[in-house]
Amino acid sequence: MTKKRIDVLLHKFVPQHVLLTKEESQKLLQKYRIDVNDLPQMFEKDPVAIAIGAKEGDIVKIVRKSNTTVKFVDYYRYVKKEKV
Amino acid sequence: MVKVTPKILEERLKVLLDDGIPGDLIEKIREKVKDVDLEEEQLEYLLNKVFINYNNSLMEANEPCGTVAAQSIGEPGTQMTLRTFHYAGVEEFSVTQGLPRLIEIVDARRFPSTPQMTIYLEEPYNKTEEEAIKVHNRIEQIRIEQITHDVDLDFVNWQIHINLIPEICEKKGIEIEQIPEILKRYKKKGTIKREGNTIIIDPGIEDLQSLQKLREKILKKVVKGIRGVKRGLLTPSDNNEEWVIKTEGTNMQGVIQIDGVDTTRTVSNHIHEIEKLYGIEAARKMIITEAQKVLEQQGLDVDLRHLLILSDLMCHTGSIQSIGRHGISGSKSSVFARAAFEVTVNQLLDAGLYGEEERLLGIPENVIIGQVIPIGTGRTSIMFDLDRNLEILKKKGKN
Repeated sequence: MTKKRIDVLLHKFVPQHVLLTKEESQKLLQKYRIDVNDLPQMFEKDPVAIAIGAKEGDIVKIVRKSNTTVKFVDYYRYVKKEKV
Repeated sequence: MVKVTPKILEERLKVLLDDGIPGDLIEKIREKVKDVDLEEEQLEYLLNKVFINYNNSLMEANEPCGTVAAQSIGEPGTQMTLRTFHYAGVEEFSVTQGLPRLIEIVDARRFPSTPQMTIYLEEPYNKTEEEAIKVHNRIEQIRIEQITHDVDLDFVNWQIHINLIPEICEKKGIEIEQIPEILKRYKKKGTIKREGNTIIIDPGIEDLQSLQKLREKILKKVVKGIRGVKRGLLTPSDNNEEWVIKTEGTNMQGVIQIDGVDTTRTVSNHIHEIEKLYGIEAARKMIITEAQKVLEQQGLDVDLRHLLILSDLMCHTGSIQSIGRHGISGSKSSVFARAAFEVTVNQLLDAGLYGEEERLLGIPENVIIGQVIPIGTGRTSIMFDLDRNLEILKKKGKN
């Protein structure tokens, strides 16, 4: 039986992930005056990172639905290789 | 008295937006106000009120939200009794609840003690029980031992006889013809054949122990269903709109392959499994959902934001870290903080050995030495503008 490929991005628990361009990434870091390592991280082999084609060094914007505040909250993760 | 026109409304709302009020809130105001006949003064009053109330609701700068979150979760934790509600009847299974489950979550345990899945079905399988049973039969794990009276060892011919129960096979949707094919790896160098409702395996072994070992393996062999999914229970969903399958045991990877399973909604309570399959953000959502379940079931009302901080912290590095000394608490940079948490002497010895530096930037270490802790007011310090001071002194000197 061949493995059915499922789209991880469709699951109800997976929020929208957006891969930022180099310019957008730069703008983000400048806006908050931070370095790339100050951001929360995600792994290159995270199922969603693979699905959107994110590689080490990229910044991913995650748009989460919020129940406590405004409708959507942006969260950012810096993509890194997993240290063995 | 000036009437508020759409133009005036938009102007005022833009000012509010520039002042930092979130777009969502502005949208809500727009919806409420646009069809109402307002005077300019009334609108002004309204928007002022919104502005003041919004800012009053915000957290203060330097508020120790982490500490508050920890306490807000911990205090109800002491209220949690160890009562677990045992589900009555054969038809439901017990799930770890209460304090033990909360500990499992916060400790990021690799495997929950009662793994469980809630499988949602695609249309039309979720509409009727008959349709739902079809999917259920594809999923529920059936072992040989569940479909036989007994598996006999024939010492005369060195054979294994598997006596199947046809009624159960039929109920579970198993074709007896297919069993020899499923079991063929056990025939080794011998033969396997079917006689009526009995499968006879002649593995060509003449050793008692090997035969018995083979028998044990055969009993455990899964002939149908997904490995790990021990029991399935068909039940109407919470809002009674569809049929769902609740299982004892999880195997998300396997279950999503099955036709009829809604892969976008099916979940398990096995957080690490979800992390591996759907990524860190999904795992974070799971931590929140599972923790909420525990607290709600115990009748405790903990604000969502405390759980949000907890889960964000646990998921910060890209994979789930536990809160304890093998996770977040153990990766603090302060020696004193780690020593104050657990394994005191080891931490201090290693610190001395490796020449670690204590920068006194956090809370526990400053409490230990008796300095003002970096919380609220304690996070501010005085800066001295040397250049400005020299200017002033120069001016004074000139006079």
